[in-house]
Amino acid sequence: MAILQMQRFSICAMKKNRKAILEELQSLGVMEVNTANLEESGLNKMNTTEARQKFEKNSTLADHALEILDEYSPQKKSMFSSLAGKELVEKSKYEAVVSGQAELVKTANQLLSLKKKLSENKASIVKKETQIEALAPWMNLDVPLSFSGTEKVAVIIGSIGGEVTLDEIYQNLAKEDPELEAFDIQCISKDKDQICIAAVCIRSEAARLEEALRTTGFARPALSTRREPAAVKKELEQEIADLQGEIKQIEEKIISYAPKREELEILSDYYRMRAQKYEVLGDLPQSRQTFVLSGYIPARQAQALKDHLTEKFDLVVDIEDLKEEEEPPILLKNNKVAGSVEGVLSSYGLPQISEFDPSSIMAVFYIFFFGLMLSDAAYGILVFAGCAIALKKFPRMEESMQKTLRMFMYCGLSTLFWGLMFGGFFGDAIAVVSRVFFGHEIVLKPLWFEPLSNPMKLLIFCMLFGVIHLFTGLGIKGYLCIRDKKYLDFFCDVVLWYCFLIGLILMLLPSQIFVSMSQMNIVFPAWANTLAKALTIIGALGLLLMSGRDNKNPALRLALGAYDIYNVTGWLSDVLSYSRLLALGLATGVIASVINKMGSMMGGGIIGAIVFIIVFIIGHIFNMAINLLGAYVHTNRLQFVEFFGKFYEGGGRPFQPFKSKTKYVDIKEETSL
Amino acid sequence: MSELGLVYALLGAALAVLLAGAGSSIGVGIAGQAASGVVTEDPGKFAKVLIMQLLPGTQGIYGLLVGFITLSKIGLLGGTPVALDPKTGLLILAACLPIGVVGLISGKSQGQTSAAAIGIIAKKPDQFGKAMLFPAMVETYAILALLISILAVNAIPV
Repeated sequence: MAILQMQRFSICAMKKNRKAILEELQSLGVMEVNTANLEESGLNKMNTTEARQKFEKNSTLADHALEILDEYSPQKKSMFSSLAGKELVEKSKYEAVVSGQAELVKTANQLLSLKKKLSENKASIVKKETQIEALAPWMNLDVPLSFSGTEKVAVIIGSIGGEVTLDEIYQNLAKEDPELEAFDIQCISKDKDQICIAAVCIRSEAARLEEALRTTGFARPALSTRREPAAVKKELEQEIADLQGEIKQIEEKIISYAPKREELEILSDYYRMRAQKYEVLGDLPQSRQTFVLSGYIPARQAQALKDHLTEKFDLVVDIEDLKEEEEPPILLKNNKVAGSVEGVLSSYGLPQISEFDPSSIMAVFYIFFFGLMLSDAAYGILVFAGCAIALKKFPRMEESMQKTLRMFMYCGLSTLFWGLMFGGFFGDAIAVVSRVFFGHEIVLKPLWFEPLSNPMKLLIFCMLFGVIHLFTGLGIKGYLCIRDKKYLDFFCDVVLWYCFLIGLILMLLPSQIFVSMSQMNIVFPAWANTLAKALTIIGALGLLLMSGRDNKNPALRLALGAYDIYNVTGWLSDVLSYSRLLALGLATGVIASVINKMGSMMGGGIIGAIVFIIVFIIGHIFNMAINLLGAYVHTNRLQFVEFFGKFYEGGGRPFQPFKSKTKYVDIKEETSL
Repeated sequence: MSELGLVYALLGAALAVLLAGAGSSIGVGIAGQAASGVVTEDPGKFAKVLIMQLLPGTQGIYGLLVGFITLSKIGLLGGTPVALDPKTGLLILAACLPIGVVGLISGKSQGQTSAAAIGIIAKKPDQFGKAMLFPAMVETYAILALLISILAVNAIPV
């Protein structure tokens, strides 16, 4: 349970070795590079932007190629594949990929161009389909759309919008130009939007006829063909079929690249790692022959790294303790139970270097409260078993995921414990099943008591747990004050508050209001009552006088003190906040019994049993999911707001060692410290 | 006369479920709109925004809880309703009001807060823990109301 002590680790070596040294550091992944202290060394830095961009581009190229592969030959992935973590690749395989990188980049490019061709073909199919659609009204025309007639006879082809009949066209034409006589109009096709016609007349009258037609709304077709529409359509359909065949071929070709998937993944990661290496390289100050590198390393690994590097390369290593003003990155070191809540802790913010790693204390309360909120033995078993199996089955799971699952595993155990205490196993499932299907009722007796029949009792206990939690928080603050030798702060901000609050609680316990709430009549001896009053008064007076001690103005000092005493309302609301432990615990149990009740409404017998099983499974999955979420959110809240509010600030910078940050695979390293 | 008591009590149970459920559906709706927007841009954030969307859904469950406790108290679930005088009926109605009214209002507010928190996830997915806390703050008051409703319904002698 601690924040690891960091040291500054500096290397000076020959420039010709710099890539090898960087690669070694990257594969060891124990050091965070930080060259801020070398700013004024007067040495130059190398510009690596261009090289880095090239690597990043190649890495993205491989990513795109992989996306294309995934699209056309999807990999079978189970629901839990995200838990499985990255695949471990042998070094030899990795090296094979690296030596064949040019070929692989070509493959990736080929995939990309195949994909491009595919999209083009698809677009041109759509275009041709639109053309066919536009030709549809002209299918009965047995001359090309651009046909204008013979030497003597003119043919005018076009359409008139709206719902008009052939007769109406004749009538309109007679009205427009009564002198026109020798013409004939044929209807090609007709629908509610338009009528397509072909008009035939002597060439000399063609212009007048068209003019007359135009006044009735005639228009030439938008597209023209040199052959009969039916033939054109056939041709287009053939072209589409060809394109589709081609698409199929391309798809098969893409699929034939599927075995390259793993190599492309390694390639992408290889370029990603190189880009990372060049990013660091660009940060290093260097002279003509040498370069310097500096960074943070956990103190316990510093000597090992020094030995390892000096054995392999010619270099000078300097290990020094951190300066006062430096803000080192934070790395936590905890045992398995305490480490499991690190994820929750870091989502609030890691401790600063001057603070205290609260993981282990937090873990105890976290697991305790989580179980109390979910409080159903069966749910506890399910959560525990689910997490344990996942942890066992996927040993290469990402570390943060592993920690989270381990946390839920412990929380499952705690849920099981509280479920037995309160007699909940899928709510009242045992009682309902035994009563409805087997005729006599078996009740799972709670080891402690049943919350629904005595909620006040549990409420009092929840607040008691809350007071313990909060006092622990205040205690940690006290510990920090003593550690930093701020004895006055320890006395004023911690001891006085303890006095004041304990005094208040002792005064509250024998009072009428507590008796009516808890039905417990606590009678203290007289000296205890006096002690309670004394503690309260000492605490209150002390706070009144001391809280504003930074202020010289006595009036202001007293006012600040009075304001600090007013914070007792904050304590009250903090304690009341723990009533959520009761409310959420009850919610799980009551909804579970609603589900059991709904399931058993069909009574016994086969049909009753089937209905019960269906309702039971769906209902309890729903209830477990929603209450898991509730328990998680509200346990977090109790830690973050109530507990951390007493002593914790957070905001530490996480330790980010220079290592291979890969996306698809992990490469098996032969070197380690 | 004894029927009227039952009517009041049932009205209470109905109000608890109805108001709190309405609050939750408004809240989940608001958060869902924001969540859909985020998923259009980045489907990978689905799980995170779904959790956020679910947060305002708890008020409805609390309402159901109180409704259920009330129904089982007045014996409507067992098939033989208890004879209630109007005064007891009204007491039960009053006991149901906190979760109903607070559920309605806090459900809506929590939905709005969730929608804002979904905005945090859209821009900074690593701040999930903090983003989750803001909607949870609103929920505190629904929990307090739930507590009083449960305690009150339980304490009324039938």
